This record gives sequence, C-alpha cells and structure tokens, in this order.
Amino acid sequence: MKCVTVAGPPSSGKTSILLKAAAVLAGRGQRLGVVKFDCLASRDREAFAAAGVPAVVGLSGALCPDHFYVCNAADAFAWGARQGLSILAVESAGLCNRCAPHIEGVLAVCVVDSLSGVDTPAKIGPMLRLADVVAVTKGDVVSQAEREVFAFRVRRVNPRATVLFVSGLTGQGADALAHVIAAAPETPTLDGATLRFTMPAAVCSYCLGQRRVGADHQMGNVRKMDFSEVAP
Amino acid sequence: MTGSSREMARPFKELWRELGASRDFFAVQGLPAPAPEATPEAYFAALGEAVLIEAGCSREELAARFGKFLAALGRIDAAPPVVASMTVRGGADKRGRPETLDITLVPGDVVALVGPTGSGKSRFLADVEWLADADTPTGRRVLLDGAPADAARRLSLSGRLVAQLSQNMHFVMDMAVGPFLCAHAESRLLADPDRAAAEVTALANELAGEPFDAATPLTALSGGQSRALMIADVARLCASPVVLVDEIENAGIDRRRAIALLTGSGKIVLVATHDPLLALLASRRLVFSGGAVAHTLETSPAERRALAELAALDAVLTRAREDLRLGRTVAAHKETH
Ligand SMILES: Nc1nc2c(ncn2[C@@H]2O[C@H](COP(=O)(O)OP(=O)(O)O)[C@@H](O)[C@H]2O)c(=O)[nH]1
Ligand SMILES: [Mg+2]
Ligand SMILES: [Zn+2]
Ligand SMILES: [Zn+2]
Repeated sequence: MKCVTVAGPPSSGKTSILLKAAAVLAGRGQRLGVVKFDCLASRDREAFAAAGVPAVVGLSGALCPDHFYVCNAADAFAWGARQGLSILAVESAGLCNRCAPHIEGVLAVCVVDSLSGVDTPAKIGPMLRLADVVAVTKGDVVSQAEREVFAFRVRRVNPRATVLFVSGLTGQGADALAHVIAAAPETPTLDGATLRFTMPAAVCSYCLGQRRVGADHQMGNVRKMDFSEVAP
Repeated sequence: MTGSSREMARPFKELWRELGASRDFFAVQGLPAPAPEATPEAYFAALGEAVLIEAGCSREELAARFGKFLAALGRIDAAPPVVASMTVRGGADKRGRPETLDITLVPGDVVALVGPTGSGKSRFLADVEWLADADTPTGRRVLLDGAPADAARRLSLSGRLVAQLSQNMHFVMDMAVGPFLCAHAESRLLADPDRAAAEVTALANELAGEPFDAATPLTALSGGQSRALMIADVARLCASPVVLVDEIENAGIDRRRAIALLTGSGKIVLVATHDPLLALLASRRLVFSGGAVAHTLETSPAERRALAELAALDAVLTRAREDLRLGRTVAAHKETH
C-alpha cells in the first residue's frame, strides 16, 4: 500500500481535493481510503462516504492532537491495509502550526488556500516546509497574478516541493495531484517509521487536566516568558 | 567535495547577494538571523541547545537542510516555458465514439470554445493543462512542439502552461495595484519590477474605461478595471504561453484590444464564450457536444462581415452607456453600416 500524509490549515480544502483525486484514481482502478485526524467533529466522514471513499475519523478530544495522531498512525496504516486500499491518505487538520504529521519515506502533501493571504506560506511552518508536494487551492476564485505570487511565496519557503494548483471545487489540477499520489513509494509498514519533525515536548500539569491558572498549579515541563522591561 | 559543502564555507553576505531568498530559511524556521560575515558552517556549529530543541532537529540536520534549500532555490525556474506549437488530437466522446479533432495552435492564434454547460469545455481545458497523453477519460493527446511531454515536464509545467482569466476570479489581496504588480514582477525575477508595474498599469488603463492608478487598492477596482488589469498583467507579466479567457463580461472593456494585447504578447488564446464579438475574433471555433469536440469551424468571410456589423452595434451601445455615465442625454447616433 502507498501512503500519503495530507496536512494544512482548517478549511484549506484537504477533504475536497482528496475527493477529487480519489475520483481520478478510481478511474484508473486504484482505491484511495482516508483516515482523518481532527480535534473537533466535522462532516468530512459523510462527505467521504457519499463519494464511496472508505474513511475513518479519529477525534483527539482533550488530548494533544499531535500526540494523538502519532499514537494512532501505525494503526491507521494497518486499517488501510485490511481494507485492501491501494493508497491510504492520512488527513490532519487538528495539528498546530508548530507541528507536522509528515513521515520519512511517506509522500507528504501540504494544502494551502490561495485566499489566505500572501504571508500565509511563511507562517505555516514545518507542515509546509517539509512537504514534498504543496497543493494550492481556491485558485478558481482569485486572479492569475495572485496565484502566481502566492505560488512563488510557497516556493521560497519550500523550494524542494512540487507546487500544484488544485481546485477542490472544479477539480482542476486533480489529474496532476492524482499522478503524484499514485507515484508515491510503497510503504510496507509505519511501524518503526520516523517523523520528519519532532512532536511538542509537553507534559505539564495542564496536559494532565489541570484547569487552574497560576504558578501554584504548574508542574512538569513549564517554560516561562521573559516579561522584564526592555531598556528604551 | 559537493557543491553544497563549498557553499557552507562562504560568508552569508555572498550567498544573500546571489540568492536573496536564502535569508528566508532562517526567518521561516524561527532561527536567529546569521551575521553577514559568518559562514553557514560557523553559524550552525555555534547554535545553542535551546535553539536546536525549538527547531526540532540536530545541527547536522539543520545544516543539511540549509544546503538542500540553497540547491533547490537555485533551481526555481522563473523563465517562461517556450512553446512553438500545441497540438490537440481527439480521443472519444462520453459514449466512446471517436472525436474528430486534430488542431495545432501557434503563438498568436485565437480559438473559441463553444457549447452548452456540461458539453466538455472544462474537460478540454483540463486535458490541455495536464498535457493529456491518452490517460484521461477523453483519451485525448496534447503535444507540445509536436511531441508528448514526459512525466517530469508535465509536472513542472503544471499550473504554468495555462493562465486563466474567468468571471469568477477576483483580486482578493490587501495590496495596492503598484506594490502588487511589483511583487508579481519580482516573482518572475524581472530586472526592473517598478518599470514593469508601471507599464502594466498604463496598459490596463487603456483597456478600462475608468482610470485608476498605482495607489488604488486592488479590492477597490471596479469589475471592468479588475478585468482590464488581469488582462494586461497576463499579457505582460505572466509566463504561461497559453491563456484561457472564460467569458469576460463586457464591463466596459475593449474586448478586441484585450485579445489583441494577448496575441501580441505571443500567447495562444482559448476563449470560452458565447459573446459573438469575442467568439468571432477567433479564426477557429471548437464546437463541444456530449463531452467531445463535434466540429471545428473556420470563421467564414460572412461571419467576419457579421462581426463588423455587431461591432458597430456594440459601439452604439457603448456610446449610449458613456452618455449616461457622464450625465448627458443619449444622442440618436445616425451613422449605420
Ligand atoms: N472555490 C473553492 N472552494 C473550495 C476549494 N477547495 C475547497 N473549497 C471549499 O472550502 C471549504 C473547506 O473545504 P474542505 O475540503 O472541507 O477543507 P478541509 O478542512 O481542509 O478539509 C468547503 O466549503 C469547500 O467547498 C477550491 O479549490 N475552490
Ligand atoms: Mg477536511
Ligand atoms: Zn503541535
Ligand atoms: Zn501540557
């Protein structure tokens, strides 16, 4: 089975472009399935089900969404293999911008929305920096010039990546996306695979459910900001 | 030794002079800004533990990433893909019947795409964009300079072959016309972005009825002004050799000049439209039906005469609109053709 991690800010178009790519792949006899990691409930599962794309949604709830994702990644892979999928896509929106779900040896896609402003590519972090493919969405509603400027800013942050314009609405660009997904390396297992970026090194009292604010209630891995006055 | 290890021993100021964007690496990763005199080697060796933990990787990994970043930046390609001809060979329609299509387009050609919604115009565009090689549902093949493109070329041209202008597209960025056009020119690595921006603004003003200048915010442009700016920008600043114009409304812009601007810039122009003034400007027309091209029509001499009459009618309407806009009474224009 091939595997692809698909990450990007909420509502950037991850689900939409996966659906478009799945349709192209289905036309070539390849079955794509999705495991979606999120921190809040969404209607993605219905969207996948309606399109006949096998999908499972995992909600991190009160847990750190990043840690929740890694703890379940190998199980997600095993599920995909049991389903007999050709390609497993792991969609994650719940992760914070500090983190990235991308794994060494697994195709890494980052989805960014061209409506989100020219400074967005520089703000997204390792999710974009460490991706192999960057899918720029919503180009169907912005000018050609803005699409080009946006793509250029993406390339400056991650010059290694293949940048594709994909519309989650019209499906334009889905052929190219399906092509790169289908060309992903075979992944024998995720057991023992390495993340491309570290997860947050947390474990403070708040990780364990503490809700009270203030020094008396803080334990573990705590870092304090420097509020000392800066000399003018 | 490899190129990148040589780079690692040169001071940052030299790297920055050659590849300005190489500074971005540090800002984007939240790393401290290097001193211009320092070398990458010395910089990475001196990074503190706290910074490394924050960056989530070791010194060696960071240095290796910077090396790859430099190498990849050097490969960013702002040069326009040069296409001397584009050929589209027919596949099959939705019922599997062969499509009679074999058309070759060269820079300066204008082709109209006509047919109702759902007749296959979008799929045609998708085939062109992805340089279909009998591997899309239509079975079409698209050749550049008479030859199919390999997978690497298809990917590198993805999004760069066809520029698009459509009714649904709007300027959304919170920038003024001048600085935005400069940013676009910079993304093309042009030598004189300010001059390019001024040229595009002037051209757009010639196309649009109502004037605007470099200080006008993009989002404050009227429909006609936006369309005019998009066309002038695609003609002058966009690298794509093919332009798809999808129903530009007649919001006060000179359509004939707009198309002439595009063809004059060496573009292959596809116009999806049922506006006779636009469609008849094309020398050929692809008529879509049932997911395929049903006919290829040449614009006939009779149609060219019809175009002249329609253009005269359009001029009458335009003058009346102008009279209203300027608060005049609408004059009965007598001259007819
Ligand atoms: N116009 C346009 N809308 C899009 C595009 N991609 C996604 N959308 C819309 O953006 C919203 C969020 O998309 P979704 O795929 O759910 O984003 P996700 O949260 O990243 O999975 C939905 O309303 C989509 O219809 C696109 O390329 N163009
Ligand atoms: Mg989603
Ligand atoms: Zn995180
Ligand atoms: Zn915590």
